[in-house]
Amino acid sequence: MAVDPIKERYTSKVGEVVIGATEDQGGTRSHTITIGGDSTLPFLQFEGEIPHPPVIAMEVVDVEPDWNEDVKKPFAGVLQDPAAWARKCVDEFGADLIYLKLDGANPDGEDKTPEQCAKTVEEVLKAVKVPLIVVGCGDADKDNEVMPTVAEAGAGENLLLGTAEEDNYKTLTAACMVHKHSIIALSPIDINICKQLNILISEMNLPLDRIVIDPTAAALGYGIEYVYSIMERIRLGALQGDKMLSMPVICTVGYEAWRAKEANAPEDEFPGWGDQEERAIMWETLTATTLLQAGAHVLVMRHPEAVRLTRKNLQELLVPNKF
Amino acid sequence: MGLTGLDIYKQLPKKNCGECGPPTCLAFAMALASGKTELSACPYVSEEAKEALESASAPPIKLVKVGTGDREIQLGDEQVLFRHEKTFYHPTGVAISVSDALDEDELQARLDTINGLVFDRVGQQYRVDLVAITNESGDAANFARTARTVAGKTNLALVLVALDPVVMRAALSEVADQKPLLYAANNDNYEEMTQLASENGCPLAVLGDGLDGLAELVQKIVDLGYKELVLDTGNREISRVLADLTQIRRLAIKKRFRPFGYPTIAFAQGENTRDETIQAAAFVAKYASVVVTSASGKHEIMPLLTVRANIFTDPQKPIQVEPKVYQVGEVAPDSPVYVTTNFSLTYFSVEGEVEASKVPSYILAIDTDGTSVLTAWAAGKFSGEIVGEFVKSCGIEEKVNHREIVIPGHVAVISGKLEEASGWKVIVGPREAAGIPSFARSRFAS
Repeated sequence: MAVDPIKERYTSKVGEVVIGATEDQGGTRSHTITIGGDSTLPFLQFEGEIPHPPVIAMEVVDVEPDWNEDVKKPFAGVLQDPAAWARKCVDEFGADLIYLKLDGANPDGEDKTPEQCAKTVEEVLKAVKVPLIVVGCGDADKDNEVMPTVAEAGAGENLLLGTAEEDNYKTLTAACMVHKHSIIALSPIDINICKQLNILISEMNLPLDRIVIDPTAAALGYGIEYVYSIMERIRLGALQGDKMLSMPVICTVGYEAWRAKEANAPEDEFPGWGDQEERAIMWETLTATTLLQAGAHVLVMRHPEAVRLTRKNLQELLVPNKF
Repeated sequence: MGLTGLDIYKQLPKKNCGECGPPTCLAFAMALASGKTELSACPYVSEEAKEALESASAPPIKLVKVGTGDREIQLGDEQVLFRHEKTFYHPTGVAISVSDALDEDELQARLDTINGLVFDRVGQQYRVDLVAITNESGDAANFARTARTVAGKTNLALVLVALDPVVMRAALSEVADQKPLLYAANNDNYEEMTQLASENGCPLAVLGDGLDGLAELVQKIVDLGYKELVLDTGNREISRVLADLTQIRRLAIKKRFRPFGYPTIAFAQGENTRDETIQAAAFVAKYASVVVTSASGKHEIMPLLTVRANIFTDPQKPIQVEPKVYQVGEVAPDSPVYVTTNFSLTYFSVEGEVEASKVPSYILAIDTDGTSVLTAWAAGKFSGEIVGEFVKSCGIEEKVNHREIVIPGHVAVISGKLEEASGWKVIVGPREAAGIPSFARSRFAS
């Protein structure tokens, strides 16, 4: 019996965003990374193209982070040196991109100056040749001081800068306009705010192909189903021609997964949950792979073993499956 | 799906004999449309009408049951491709495989491991559903003995994995009353397998050769009169399996393609059990009704079952905890008191962080109809008056010897009204649950 597979015909596709710039393009990267461009649902190659498979960015922090020992261990010796840390992520663990978080700027922490932050970005740019994502510390006022300086220091590198939110997007958008970077638009697991923010940013004339959606990843066990469905709706919207949902999606997997109790609770306190380190690695991995199924384009991750397992899953998912 | 009473009425004999129960054919049609009666109650319905109505009113994917009593699990009967369209109804059954080549001690150890795969998290209990017994020994007696042992020593439904009908018959002689899923009928054995399944009233997995071969084989088995089926295209590479599972679901739901109107089974593959777990999680998200894996580590199965719990959460209903006073750790009369909402994600985030602070505490979960702090506050369900009333009535005043309450930083504005309504002193806590441990350390550590 010949079965006629259903191949959906979509009117549009996910937009593409390029991160990084080579010397010819005015930067210093060895190559650029393009994300998005999908004309199908995740991994259904039988009905469309996935020209740019999802990529993995590894998270580097400019000050030694307060992470669980298990996820600090692989970076022992470089946790206080973001440049060396980034190099290790690329050389040893195969990171496609570096996601540099400028936590040191936090006024409640080291309160680093915009110039100090910009210097860290320059050091990381020197240390690795892959494209860079740079995000602020999360304190809106401080980020509005820091990020313009960072954008200026990185001019020409076509960075992906974050994060713009509905009530604080103008300064970062302007910095991205002036210094020709792309922007991460963060919405709180809400498709309407997601769309609204993309409209607001594009109304300031930042082109759509310089916006990346951060829908607020949630960890496995902590509301991942909400972001899973939001991401499915974003993808369907993009494929059906909604330009304000057509941007590729970034998910901060490591940050979310390593906040989960299941990633941190020691086995002696929760003997029923099994080995803590192994469990934590699987928690990060299954958070990542579940979000891949929902349509993630950039996964921001921490543990090298979770990165390896996720990459392997990704490669298997990309084996052609045309009928 | 979705036939109206009038659609059905047109197909009925219109005799108004009342033999079916309701007095008229129209009343009977209405009862049918709302699922209150069955077409077989009408003695006069024509064969053509029966066929037309049955295929139109049958669910797009048949509900198939494996196991009996407490062990029974229900598969299939899904109605949508995306959970946001409605919900996914029947969580993927997770089956852990057991080889019949194990000796008695190894088997016992394996079953102890499987029986230990029960997890308490966020107030719920997660467990695996099935044991898949594989006929690796090639021996009928081994297979039958292993099946008997598994049935006796676990409280899980069974999958019998053997392609030789003689081997399958031997195991059925031991465990047929457990209603195991028989895996599988293929092109060579389907007549005997169908007969075994039918004789014993057991669901039967159909192992086809790709989508075309599977549809053909299903049709042959349906023609033999058996419909308690579970589908497998026989492909094993994950990208191919996802494509197949997607097509089976799409064709069943969008085209009502009857040969694919059944639940599915997928086998996780990989170099090691971690790889298998990762594949199994993808199959849970994308349409497998049963997933079989050899992985059995707690650190693997707990995350896998969490993926399942999340994907199969009904997006139409927020999950709630009971609004009441909760205790974290060994509380004493001077323990801190936190307040949050009864939206379970919010509550369990707070509980997790309070626990992490290692300061035993009380948490008051206010009834906000399962909404988060800011949503509840915006909707007037987390006002100073409402929280104050709860503080006065929930019994916390008898449990502690102080009158200080920690509220979420996002709703600092309710402080005044809350102090007025409750007479308690309000302490504005961190905005995010993640800030609780450092807050508690600086504020409450003795």
